[in-house]
Amino acid sequence: MAENRVLMNIEGLSKRYSLRRSLLDALCRVPATQLVAVDNVSLSIERGTVLGIVGESGSGKTTLARCLIRLIEPDTGVISFSNKRIDIATAYELRQIRKDIQMVFQDPYTSLNPRMTIGDALTEAGKVHDTIGLSPENEYVSELLKLVGLAPSFASRRPRQLSGGQRQRAAIARALAVRPTMLIADEAVSALDVSIQGQILNLLRDLREELKLTIIFIAHQLSVISHVADEVAVMYLGQIVEHGATKDIFSNPKHPYTRALMAAHPHPDPRNRIIPEMKGEIPSPLALPRGCRFVNRCPHAAAVCSESAPDLQTFSNGHRVACHF
Amino acid sequence: MKYLLSHNSRSVGDRLIRRASADRRWSRFSLYLGLTIVGFISLAAILAPWIAPYGEREIDLLSTFQPPSFKHILGTDDMGRDVFSRVLYGVRLDLQVVLVITYAPLLIGMFLGAIAGYFGGWIDTVINRAIDTVMAIPFLVLVIVVVAIIGPGLEGVFIGVMGVGWALYARLARADMLVIREEQYILAAKGLGYSTWRILFKHAVPNLLRSSLVFSVADIVLNMVLLAGVSYLGLGVQPPTAELGVIIADGQPFLLYAWWITTLPGLVFVFLGIGFSLIGDGLADMLGEEFKLTV
Repeated sequence: MAENRVLMNIEGLSKRYSLRRSLLDALCRVPATQLVAVDNVSLSIERGTVLGIVGESGSGKTTLARCLIRLIEPDTGVISFSNKRIDIATAYELRQIRKDIQMVFQDPYTSLNPRMTIGDALTEAGKVHDTIGLSPENEYVSELLKLVGLAPSFASRRPRQLSGGQRQRAAIARALAVRPTMLIADEAVSALDVSIQGQILNLLRDLREELKLTIIFIAHQLSVISHVADEVAVMYLGQIVEHGATKDIFSNPKHPYTRALMAAHPHPDPRNRIIPEMKGEIPSPLALPRGCRFVNRCPHAAAVCSESAPDLQTFSNGHRVACHF
Repeated sequence: MKYLLSHNSRSVGDRLIRRASADRRWSRFSLYLGLTIVGFISLAAILAPWIAPYGEREIDLLSTFQPPSFKHILGTDDMGRDVFSRVLYGVRLDLQVVLVITYAPLLIGMFLGAIAGYFGGWIDTVINRAIDTVMAIPFLVLVIVVVAIIGPGLEGVFIGVMGVGWALYARLARADMLVIREEQYILAAKGLGYSTWRILFKHAVPNLLRSSLVFSVADIVLNMVLLAGVSYLGLGVQPPTAELGVIIADGQPFLLYAWWITTLPGLVFVFLGIGFSLIGDGLADMLGEEFKLTV
């Protein structure tokens, strides 16, 4: 029973990039510098829930998301999706799986092919995966457009005739055209105006209800996540530092990084503003600090922090935190 | 002071706007002028069998070296053939050959370049080395070698140009593809579970067309000069078949007392070249504008 509720399970997912070595270094067998983008991430997502992933730029959120459907090949790790192994799928199997997991990209200005009308893009997706069935093309297209709140007349337009919000709606419609069970929204609202952000967030929330979608929602703002997510995972330098139900994380953030992120959120009343406890910038992923990765920015750093890296400890109600304290 | 400033800034802004719209008007004008010239000459060439007053090889030894008149608009040559009729047939042949030797290499080159740019790795290395090798061959020398092997005629031109012409298009397409394959819509297409060939030919290649098409118009002019040049040298189209290079070569010995045989067909040739160049310029500007709008 419990097994069945889990839609996607990720275990020990890692992605490293080797930097180019100079010829001399290669000859002297100096090992290539490794850039750690995603480091040993384990997560499981239940059917019908929304998982939010937050973190600063460069924390590996996008790499993680792309690894999930192997747009980037992960180095190690097991990804299973409703009893299918994504990490070892053949090219053919992968195409079938990708039909079930759709992605909405950050920048709606480049994620739609400038040479195709919205209608063409939607019909193509429907035809390739045969989700269009026997329904006439224009009906299928206008149904999808209606789903994302666009008028049927948008079918004949090209991306450059659309505003940012409209493009993102069209991109969502294209993702939905293949009837996915899971949607990965990679910073889907970060490039939009605040008012449009709200609209798209509401749209995603409605779609989730209507189509019983499971959503992974990636953002760099906690406030955006809090509106849509059931669970939140906080990433820092490729690792998950805190993971739990949204209300637990917001009412009782345990990791100092999560607290700092929350403090960074602007408060309507500046007098009540919490002063951020975090200092400095995210360290280069090429030169990770020893021990805990957050040690040189953490207000509570102690000797033990720079000696050993904390493991993710599970508290009651499934709240996981990677911190010595 | 305030007045001066506002007046000044307005005039600068105005001037910029005026210049931009003048540029746009000029590029549209050059496109249409080019299309008119090329369209007019091509139409005449296509209709040659119906509108030419005399046959392509109709010899009339009683009226040799006639200067331009109402009977013979561009005069007659040393065998009394009507130069106007020969020019019509010549342009007809020239355009046919030039279209083939421009657009067949375009297709081949775009295909190879797209593959090289998209897949990278050893495929890219192999194709790139082939491009480098081919580009290092001087074209005229290649044609002369081919002609030496298979004898003079159009075949030499076809083989020569097909063998070399694709390289530039391949290089263009490859360079564009390197940019396009990183675009998010390609990533999105992968994420939608599309097959590689669908992504390559339906999503990436249509976005490569622009630069290749613009270049192809300039290439037409080059190929026209080339074909006429090779034929002038006696390596391409063989007399008595009418072809602009052949006609010009035919009239050359009599240039001093029958200037029209060489000069007037030459002028037609120049007009055609200018027409294609204008189209190329206008097209580049206008497509460039569209490109700016999409970004």
